Amino acid sequence: MGTIIETNNLRAYYITKAYGVERTVKAVDDITLRIQEGEVYGIAGESGCGKSTLLRILLGAYQPPLTVVGGEVIYHLEGETMNAADMTEEQQRDMKWRTISYIPQGSMHVLNPVRRIRDTFHDFISAHRDVTKKESFQLTADYLRDLGLPEKVMASYPHQLSGGMRQRVTIALATILWPKLIFADEPTTALDVVVQRGVIQMLKDVQQKEGSTLVLITHDIGVHANLADRIGILYAGKLVEEADTKTILENPRHPYTRYLIESLPSLDSREERLAIPGRPPALDRPPSGCRFHERCPLAQEVCKTIEPALIEIEPKHFTACHVVEEELSRGGEHVYA
Amino acid sequence: MSTREAQSEGLPVSAQPPLLQIENLTKVFHIRQGFASQDFHAVDNASIVIDSDKPEIFAVVGESGSGKTTLAKMVLGMESSSEGILRYKNRVINDISRKEMRSWFYREVQPVFQDPFAAFSPLKRIDSYLYETAQNYKMVADKKEAPRYINEVLSAVGLTLAEIAGRYPNELSGGQAQRVAIARALITKPSLIVADEPVSMLDASLRMSIVNMFRKLKEDNNVSVIYITHDLATAYYTGDRIAVMLRGWIVEMGPTERVLGNPLHPYTQNLKSSIPSIKSEEAWDEKVDLAVIETDEYTRIGCKFAGRCPAVMDICHDNVPPSVMHEGRSVKCFLYDDAVDAEKKRMLMPAAL
Repeated sequence: MGTIIETNNLRAYYITKAYGVERTVKAVDDITLRIQEGEVYGIAGESGCGKSTLLRILLGAYQPPLTVVGGEVIYHLEGETMNAADMTEEQQRDMKWRTISYIPQGSMHVLNPVRRIRDTFHDFISAHRDVTKKESFQLTADYLRDLGLPEKVMASYPHQLSGGMRQRVTIALATILWPKLIFADEPTTALDVVVQRGVIQMLKDVQQKEGSTLVLITHDIGVHANLADRIGILYAGKLVEEADTKTILENPRHPYTRYLIESLPSLDSREERLAIPGRPPALDRPPSGCRFHERCPLAQEVCKTIEPALIEIEPKHFTACHVVEEELSRGGEHVYA
Repeated sequence: MSTREAQSEGLPVSAQPPLLQIENLTKVFHIRQGFASQDFHAVDNASIVIDSDKPEIFAVVGESGSGKTTLAKMVLGMESSSEGILRYKNRVINDISRKEMRSWFYREVQPVFQDPFAAFSPLKRIDSYLYETAQNYKMVADKKEAPRYINEVLSAVGLTLAEIAGRYPNELSGGQAQRVAIARALITKPSLIVADEPVSMLDASLRMSIVNMFRKLKEDNNVSVIYITHDLATAYYTGDRIAVMLRGWIVEMGPTERVLGNPLHPYTQNLKSSIPSIKSEEAWDEKVDLAVIETDEYTRIGCKFAGRCPAVMDICHDNVPPSVMHEGRSVKCFLYDDAVDAEKKRMLMPAAL
């Protein structure tokens, strides 16, 4: 299986100019990703770390002030290799929903409140395929049945459905044309646990049915643990660690990743858990050196000035941290263990 | 055993009147569709007692649409109750429209809401809320004294006045704004804080700092907290006692460690098993049934969980289960009702999770 989407040293900044003051927010800074065909790739990080900006660039759905200032996004779809920057608007529009699809966060605001679900589906299908209403209703009914959604959803209005059902209808809508590449932005945030579980199951079903690639963005590590094959951790616009899910959860190396995982409350113990000190930096003036150094318990002099590179510390496990790097070169024990 | 007997049995007997006493509280909403009108009980016969001798964090958990927020609004006097009695320090607070009653009540009981950015006007400096509350409730003798008092309150939430003075809400992070919201609630030195989903808008990393703060407030400032959430993990982490709500009913209530450590009601078991675990060996293998339309469950005649329950019996479809005491907590389920055939129950009892 090959790569389906890749980015090379991608930099995307929000550049605004007001009253002669120029402000640059470095939301995505030097990110290189290789997402494989058929995998579930999870992107995790706090709010304001650039997750959603990265998604917008990958989807090609952005406009000024968000600007790509460096690097490139390359799609390998339907046997063709396309650079996102060279694509015309028609090519992009044709590709969206048919081969690349997107599941938004707030399902409440996605479905048209004055149209029945089946009509929304018809609008959607008929924009890409030449179908009659009868055909699209049939297609929708078959697909919903496949996914285990009840028949009566078709004739309902969005407000009549529960929040979880609405979110699942949105997922069905985004995937009915069998896209090869699906992006999901916080698909379970603000849902309660039982509904969240139902939504995760459905995403898994959809992904496995056609072997689609799913890029999952959420700050909830628990969701990643149950769905993702590989996880990339973003911090302040940088990729700080990347490995398969098991490695990230059981042997995280970057101090930020360790904090993220250790701060999760669980039903195993009621002992006090520490929150990550401080808060994410503002991205218009990111800290020098390692962007995490102000909050990092292991920070050293070198971290304040030199930016750590993303290095492969063991096969397919990448991390960007001076302390980990130094440890490896000494071949010694973990500093924190 | 009746609901009230069940509740009184599960609680320590105290000489002082309880801090908050919720007795058979019910809220009925009427839905009209054309000429047909339907009643549905957003909160149905809820009884909760919070004692005054020792502060506690009382967690209320449940799915969206389970009546948790309606319950909180009734306690806060923001929603009228249809039936039942609310008592705070032995005074009936079902109606707090009288001015002196209101000012007494809101000095004692303060709210914290879900979204701090919706709670503060974006056009007002955030510290003005603190000054206004301090002056309106006469917590400070004169204006000069206010900054010192506010600074003292802010230190309880880990902030200083210098950090937030003159700033607008958009200049603060979500976690900071929520801290200011909690500080505002603390200005009147309340005995009870009602926090409705205070962390659901925040990141996982910030969540812990707010939740730790509630624990600290309970210990250092003697404040009891009603912590309403859909996040079971933080409820388990902070809550001393917990009530699990389902479509207006309290289906299970008792000490958190018992209820979530070994849940008895099939719904609580379902909730617990749905928490995504970060341990790879605990990934789910079975599927879960979801409610299609919330009002269908609300208007069910028998047990509201009968449509999704893995241990459903014939009796559940047409009869309302009683609240019974079982293993130190109250459970509203026929499985634990002695009147139901023991043989039948054994066959249906879901395996402990």
